[in-house]
Amino acid sequence: MQLTVWTYEGPPHVGAMRVATALTDVHYVLHAPQGDTYADLLFTMIERRGARPPVTYTTFQARDLGGDTAELFKTSVQEACERFRPAAVLVGASCTAELIQDDPGGLARALGLGIPVIPLELPAYQRKENWGASETFYHLVRALAGPSAPPPGTPRPARPADRRPRCNLLGPTALGFRHRDDVVEVTRLLATMGVDVSVVAPLGASAADVARLGEADFNVVLYPETGRQAATWLARSFGQPMVDIVPIGVGATRDFIAAVAAAAGVDPAPALAAETARSPWYARSVDSTYLTGKRVFVFGDATHAVAAARVARDELGFTVVGLGTYQREFAREVRTAAALYGLEALITDDYLEVEESIAGLHPELVLGTQMERHIAKRLGVPCAVISAPVHVQDFPARYSPQMGFEGANVLFDSWVHPLMMGLEEHLLGMFRDDPEFADGAAPSHLASVAPIAAAPVEPILAPAATASVVAAVAPVAVAHPASPAAPVPATGPDWTAEAERELRKIPFFVRGKARRNTEIFARDKGCASITVETLYDAKAHFGR
Amino acid sequence: MTAQPLLAPRSACDLPVLRQRGQREVFCGLTGIVWLHRKMRDAFFLVVGSRTCAHLLQSAAGVMIFAEPRFATAVIDERDLAGLADLHDELDRVVGRLIDRRPDIRTLFLVGSCPSEVIKLDLAKAAARLSLGFGNRPRVLSYSGSGIETTFTEGEDACLAALVPDLPAEGRDAEASLLVVGTLADVVEDQFRRLFADLGIGRVAFLPGRHREDLPAVGPATRMLLAQPYLAETARRLEDRGARRLAAPFPLGAEGTTDWLWAAATAFGVPAERFETVTRPARQRARAAVARHRAALENRRIFFFPDSQLEIPLARMLSCELGMIPVEVGTPYLHRAHLDPDLSRLSPDLVLSEGQDVEAQLDRCRAAKPDLVVCGLGLANPLEAEGFTTKWSIETVFTPIQGYEQAGDLAELFARPLDRRNRLEV
Ligand code: SF4
Repeated sequence: MQLTVWTYEGPPHVGAMRVATALTDVHYVLHAPQGDTYADLLFTMIERRGARPPVTYTTFQARDLGGDTAELFKTSVQEACERFRPAAVLVGASCTAELIQDDPGGLARALGLGIPVIPLELPAYQRKENWGASETFYHLVRALAGPSAPPPGTPRPARPADRRPRCNLLGPTALGFRHRDDVVEVTRLLATMGVDVSVVAPLGASAADVARLGEADFNVVLYPETGRQAATWLARSFGQPMVDIVPIGVGATRDFIAAVAAAAGVDPAPALAAETARSPWYARSVDSTYLTGKRVFVFGDATHAVAAARVARDELGFTVVGLGTYQREFAREVRTAAALYGLEALITDDYLEVEESIAGLHPELVLGTQMERHIAKRLGVPCAVISAPVHVQDFPARYSPQMGFEGANVLFDSWVHPLMMGLEEHLLGMFRDDPEFADGAAPSHLASVAPIAAAPVEPILAPAATASVVAAVAPVAVAHPASPAAPVPATGPDWTAEAERELRKIPFFVRGKARRNTEIFARDKGCASITVETLYDAKAHFGR
Repeated sequence: MTAQPLLAPRSACDLPVLRQRGQREVFCGLTGIVWLHRKMRDAFFLVVGSRTCAHLLQSAAGVMIFAEPRFATAVIDERDLAGLADLHDELDRVVGRLIDRRPDIRTLFLVGSCPSEVIKLDLAKAAARLSLGFGNRPRVLSYSGSGIETTFTEGEDACLAALVPDLPAEGRDAEASLLVVGTLADVVEDQFRRLFADLGIGRVAFLPGRHREDLPAVGPATRMLLAQPYLAETARRLEDRGARRLAAPFPLGAEGTTDWLWAAATAFGVPAERFETVTRPARQRARAAVARHRAALENRRIFFFPDSQLEIPLARMLSCELGMIPVEVGTPYLHRAHLDPDLSRLSPDLVLSEGQDVEAQLDRCRAAKPDLVVCGLGLANPLEAEGFTTKWSIETVFTPIQGYEQAGDLAELFARPLDRRNRLEV
């Protein structure tokens, strides 16, 4: 039993929903109680989809448990298929139905629906969302593409010389972090290489598209979390090579181009020459000097975290001080990557542990999920979001890929922006005694840098509903504007007024660290109070 | 202007009910934790359930991070499912850790979920054992918020019902007191307190209160006024303790609030003139605030999907005070006894539906082509995409809407989506 307050991932059937919703003509019948229908709002409210997810829930109740929940399940499948006329149906159980063991697969098959029935066994008490998505996609591909697989051992025929090479893009799902735009960007990139995209799946694919996955010359796995398992099976069954370099960042995109060129048998030079990223030049531009050695903490799903660390160090000149993931399934990959930076990877799905780690490392920038954004906000550290779990803000109206050369530009902008805002605040702070500038003006990019005790409330959906939750029931401490000085801890030496004033001249995003270091230093040295002198002694002592 | 109800009530029993059995598109009772934990400042809600339950709370709350929210989920895993004895030890361990970290907690609710109920984990027994072990600091109670037992707001009912046995007993000869039952926003609670005080009703308590020590005494001298329409079990248990329920419509809108207050005033022998003097200013303010939205809402047809059980009182307020025309009013459950005063003010032409078969109801909604659809978050955007104008029902639970000073805000909640649709030119 694990005490959980906030979760990075939903249950595995939500992963299955992400696959079903991504497809155009596949329905999912889920044996589940009514409360589980909350998952619809992830798609309709967070992703703002204009259609309900293609999911029917049996919504059995306690009174059904004594009776015939199996019959209820069969009726639900029958009615859903009559109403929605899907090309294939996924059937499965949520956590509760798993306990009552009705065998959704067997029941649905017995109905003789005349369409493929794909049973999903997603153990809800062991596994989580991304695993569920991967497993669902894999079973779907096996069921639909399997019948056209050649006998084992058949060598793959060579591509006819008069046909351009073509590949599938595997892994993008509904509710994915920028999947929508990544698909467009990677498709464009492949086009510059003369490579066609045969099928994108599951996002936007029909059952018939999935059935013809074997036609492509090779597979590109954009998101290993959801696509690699299926791609591995396709490699085995159809002899399709797989490219699973994730093209996030300029360096990784160049590697990706090379790998695709090898798999497709084309020349990588034109695509490399056509590189459209501005970010490498921007990073070299003298105004970026201040980015040098910025301490960054990186946390997210494995794919995005590993990619972000590489970009942070090699393409922005940051120093990676922490790297981790909430995906235990990918711990090995993240540990390997962390070793490159001389770090021990943080593998946990407990956000309190992540918070502790961030607080201890005093990074100057956090690259994380929405969870880390909240943590960073509380700690007064700038943050950019790089990975799911998603938030309504992660579906911007504008084109905003993470992958390819345009993706690299997006990363540059979205990571440097919070730091730039911090710098502006610093300038504002330097002039704080000038009456033109309001003292204690809140950093414009941080709704709050209030201390943990007065943490802000943050909407995941729309501010209206949330603000009203708070207004409605309790006038709790909400999002105070930044107070210019952090609170003085109850213990330890006192700050003299003059030292306190001096501290305020330090940019707010390192002020907390300066305060802590000075206090540690003062305590160690047994100072009775902290003077300006102590502050600078500490600075010299901890100076990097 | 009189203080008596303006519309002559008739019996509600003649309204036919369309009973629906099919897919329900409604949250489970765990959702109530989102507002209950804000209201009860020293209570903690520990759901014993699955990752799904934790994810529901996180998603439905619409809120990602409080530094230390006063709720959490003890997620059952496969090791726990191996043997029940283990499960109780695990629960003790989790609760022990929690209490160490949160010594300020005075009431700990163990909240049952579908998984905990299907495996027959006896949380009542666990709560009794833990409470004893802690010497009632904190007091540990249990209730079910599971989706197989409770629908959305029924979770609050189950929670408050669990509190009833803890209320101190009051003797038969005690002076009459008023107990307002159902979570209200603090600001609303305070407004009602002032009104009751001005009316001369001295002994007034609210359940739930903000702190454990606010738990009111209950006995035969208790007169209870329900502030929310979904409290069947809580009311029953309070009646078992001797309390008597005052029948009234729910305090939504200027007239609903007046009738609700009047029910208390009558029970406590408040003279009509005093009632008039005390309530007139706020009532007039409320009427004026509501009237501002009349033009936008009058004669507009409204369709309610079942969600919070507030649908019937809302339909009454919107039809009686704003001239809207309810086409279908869906409710997850129909508790006639408590809703009779609201039901009897509804037009007999509407469809009153109980339970849900969401696909069939969507078909009815499309056929009816209402001007405004009140529905849950899963349906709102898809209906907007089909060209309907919608209002999320969850906002009527999360927003202060009761009482005179909120009557205008309540009307505005329904006027805004229509206003928005008018403004947009894209
Ligand atoms: S319906 Fe049951 S399993 Fe689903 S979230 Fe609610 S309590 Fe948990």
